[in-house]
Amino acid sequence: MHEWALAESVIKTVLKIAEEKDIEKVTEVKIRIGEMQQLEQEVFKTALLQLRPIKLNETEFIIEIDKTKLRCKNCNYEWFFDREVFGEEVLEAIHFLPEVAHAYVKCPKCGSRDFEIAEGRGVWIDSVKGLRKNG
Amino acid sequence: MVDPRLSIIQERIRDVNRVVAVSSGKGGVGKSLLASTLALLLARGKWSIGLFDLDFTSPSTHLILGIRGILPTEDKGIVPPLVHGLKYMSVIYYSQDKMVPLRGTDFSNALIELLSVTKWGKLDFLIVDMPPGIGDATLDLIRFVKKAEFLIVTTSSPLAFETVKKLMTMLKELGVPILGVVENMKTGRSNIQQEALKLGVRFLGEIPYDPRVENSLGNAYELLKTVFASRVGDIVKHLT
Repeated sequence: MHEWALAESVIKTVLKIAEEKDIEKVTEVKIRIGEMQQLEQEVFKTALLQLRPIKLNETEFIIEIDKTKLRCKNCNYEWFFDREVFGEEVLEAIHFLPEVAHAYVKCPKCGSRDFEIAEGRGVWIDSVKGLRKNG
Repeated sequence: MVDPRLSIIQERIRDVNRVVAVSSGKGGVGKSLLASTLALLLARGKWSIGLFDLDFTSPSTHLILGIRGILPTEDKGIVPPLVHGLKYMSVIYYSQDKMVPLRGTDFSNALIELLSVTKWGKLDFLIVDMPPGIGDATLDLIRFVKKAEFLIVTTSSPLAFETVKKLMTMLKELGVPILGVVENMKTGRSNIQQEALKLGVRFLGEIPYDPRVENSLGNAYELLKTVFASRVGDIVKHLT
């Protein structure tokens, strides 16, 4: 599953941050996921738990979903991505590569495809909490 | 907030021995044809090959190779399908070949996404068909794929070569390896070879204008029978 590839990148990044910040025990990782990418949360969480090394055994992964806000570059109109208006095939394409939304979405106000994903794209690590080596 | 995808890109291309970006300062010089033919010939030469169409807004390698109706599979990531003996990746799998207008940030995000989830596996060469110019695609490839080497395509026209010079100057400034220059669609006398040598860049060869190429579009087997392909075959020898 595609979720596994993204989970792998989260684990790798958390370990890197822990090393950089001298964190010995990572207690909590907060992850934000853009609604547009429609990641299957359960699969993503399972992947995180199965991929984590011993160092992250006691880490709590908190996942929060962000609504996806789109902003038209042509007329500045802002609107939220609504998955209900698309068929399964299009949703799956956007799931794999959110930027292809430009092929399927137009600004509801002016009809332009020149929009940006202003908020709620993909997977982000919001925070990494833990205990430092020196306490 | 931290984008976790950036940590995994090097891992995804770890087993790719060489990444060859087929690039030019100008459009319409035959980059996609050269990249496609190069990939086909290398695959026939028993090398393990991937072809990545990085021209997200105007992809064309699928049209050249007649690729349709196939999709990647999933195995804890995206596994590019094997077509004509090469692993093929393009935005068309997800855009359904519709237009995808992208500004810089969107382009970068799409590239990062595909680099972070595509499982190329073990490859001798990953051939990258680049969009023209020294914009986002070129800068991002240099940023994310440190092992990229550039193969530069120009025509005999000074209009094309002037833009190519800028591309090569930038690559040199950044210390990015340039494999050499190919002069494509040659119809008469030109001084591209001398100009390339003056810049200290290897001249890999010239390819005459071959009208049969147009009739071979969509048929990889016909493409390989053209004079164009035979000349690309000579260039392959410089790379292997």
